[in-house]
Amino acid sequence: MYVAVKGGERAIENAHAWLAEERRGDTSVAELSVEQIREQLALAVNRVMAEGSLYDPDLASLAIKQARGDLIEAIFLIRAYRTTLPRFGASLPVETGKMACDRRISATFKDLPGGQVLGPTFDYTHRLLDFKLAADGEVPEAATREAVSSDVPHVTEFLNHEGLIEEAPHDDTTPPDLTREPLEMPAERALRLQALTRADEGFTLGMAYSTQRGYARNHAFVGELRIGSVPVEMEIPELGFSIEIGEVTLTECETVNQFTGSKSEPPQFTRGYGLVFGQTERKAISMALVDRALRWEELGEEDEGAPAQDAEFVLYHADNIQATGFLEHIKLPHYVDFQAELELVRKLREEAGTNSVSEAAE
Amino acid sequence: MSEYNFAYLDEQTKRMIRRAILKGLAIPGYQVPFASREMPMPYGWGTGGVQVSAAVMTPDDRFKVIDQGADDTTNAVSIRTFFERTAGVATTTTTSDATVIQTRHRIPEEPLSEGQILVYQVPIPEPLRFLEPRESETRKMHSLEEYGLMHVKLYEDISRHGHIATSYDYPVKVEGRYVMDPSPIPKFDNPKLGNVAAIQLFGAGREQRIYALPPYTQVVSLDFEDHPFEASKPDHPCVMCGAENSYLDEVITDDTGGRMFVCSDTDFCEARQAAGHIGTMNGKDAA
Repeated sequence: MYVAVKGGERAIENAHAWLAEERRGDTSVAELSVEQIREQLALAVNRVMAEGSLYDPDLASLAIKQARGDLIEAIFLIRAYRTTLPRFGASLPVETGKMACDRRISATFKDLPGGQVLGPTFDYTHRLLDFKLAADGEVPEAATREAVSSDVPHVTEFLNHEGLIEEAPHDDTTPPDLTREPLEMPAERALRLQALTRADEGFTLGMAYSTQRGYARNHAFVGELRIGSVPVEMEIPELGFSIEIGEVTLTECETVNQFTGSKSEPPQFTRGYGLVFGQTERKAISMALVDRALRWEELGEEDEGAPAQDAEFVLYHADNIQATGFLEHIKLPHYVDFQAELELVRKLREEAGTNSVSEAAE
Repeated sequence: MSEYNFAYLDEQTKRMIRRAILKGLAIPGYQVPFASREMPMPYGWGTGGVQVSAAVMTPDDRFKVIDQGADDTTNAVSIRTFFERTAGVATTTTTSDATVIQTRHRIPEEPLSEGQILVYQVPIPEPLRFLEPRESETRKMHSLEEYGLMHVKLYEDISRHGHIATSYDYPVKVEGRYVMDPSPIPKFDNPKLGNVAAIQLFGAGREQRIYALPPYTQVVSLDFEDHPFEASKPDHPCVMCGAENSYLDEVITDDTGGRMFVCSDTDFCEARQAAGHIGTMNGKDAA
């Protein structure tokens, strides 16, 4: 007997219970702790914080555990949590020139004030599976040295002394916030940067890569890449001065790009900028390349029609939570629309059939 | 879930959404940008509708959710449970008992009355989107009332197929001004959009747009004099309740082409059965 599709509620409950069981996996294997994820899967945690737009390693670790390691799902959990948080105010701009750098490299100068510091990088590892790691994770202690106590100046500042690179004008206006205002076009650079810093890493990487391969080509030198912690300060109205409320780890990338000049600008180097929560190097470099590509209009460059030049295309499609939600919604029932399409196709076929019969008869 | 505000969203956010709704009601059919929030369900799964429902909901409301016309489809169940947990409002499956009805892809068969609010979940609010992908362009087209492209598209359909080949998400014109996307309802439902006693609100979360139809608004489906709009449905009665004029789902009953048709509006169908209307297959073995 035909029974209407009842029992959605029970099906959902059962699915959730099964999901929880699958998340835990084989119970004879020890359960993963949030602390283990935070300490040992730190780069995943960083990505979740960056794209989730919430700096909290513990919550990001919890989200990764709950999402069974699906990072976009974890980012989604963080975003949904983030919107429920009250806003107490805004911090002062962080001063990356005062960053305590774990890593700081420049591809444009062999040596420079502040030095080249490789830091904890995969760069020169040989990508050979380390089978020893499967058995035991003990590591020898790494060498240490005194931290550089002085500020580490930005490489682009050196170029600026000679006027070889465009000025980055000082601007104290409060930047727009796309988590509080709807994204509308045209988007100014501050808004684009906000969208890019929380954009999907894969999408940003693909866009950046396309500029390297000739779609709005603009050869980028990594003027500087730095990773480290900066203090976050906030002005407390009751106190009348700012106090340090914590520290965040950031990755900052400044690219130096060729520029032969245009009608409005003299020949000089131009800048692309990336700044992302956590140790998120690939993302920060990608962001800087895409930022630079999106600046074609203000620099008087030609619109090549390349995807990475198209702010509307990039910004409307860079958010993985929007993208994954809409993509996956096609799993939802569409019986009604499909029924309407069925009727239409049947009708059109019927008429096409009648026509061809009558044509054959003629 | 006592740690969350009534109906999940904080009051400032609800205020912002209500302002967008009021603006939408003041300019029927106009898409009002609003700062859509991330919700605990995915974009594309009704976040716009959920935000609108949360903004208009009061503790005294009776809430109904349908998806494809049915109260028991999984996502309708999920959204109803969400508001039961976060707002503690009474829920119902009876159309006439509900004060707020959130819907995806259907308008209830039973006419709505004054005091009711119908909230649509909208995936793509822009009726011109698939003719012009750029938001900056489509907003310009709306402000200049430049809808020629849409008519050309419909005309091309007719010249190619003999019909307008749009069976759902069929564009309408509101009060002779804005061309509006009615959300992906079947065109069968289009005549139910206009001159309605209830308030109709449309929420698109991912696309950050809200639009509205105040009660008794004129809504006309786009067409041509010689090719008038026609609301179509499968040409069968419902096998459960025998209804001749309701929208039907086609249900495959075996693997040899057997199929039957039942009302997509489950509340409408059940009410008719309870009133003694019995279709041809009711109580019989479908196979």
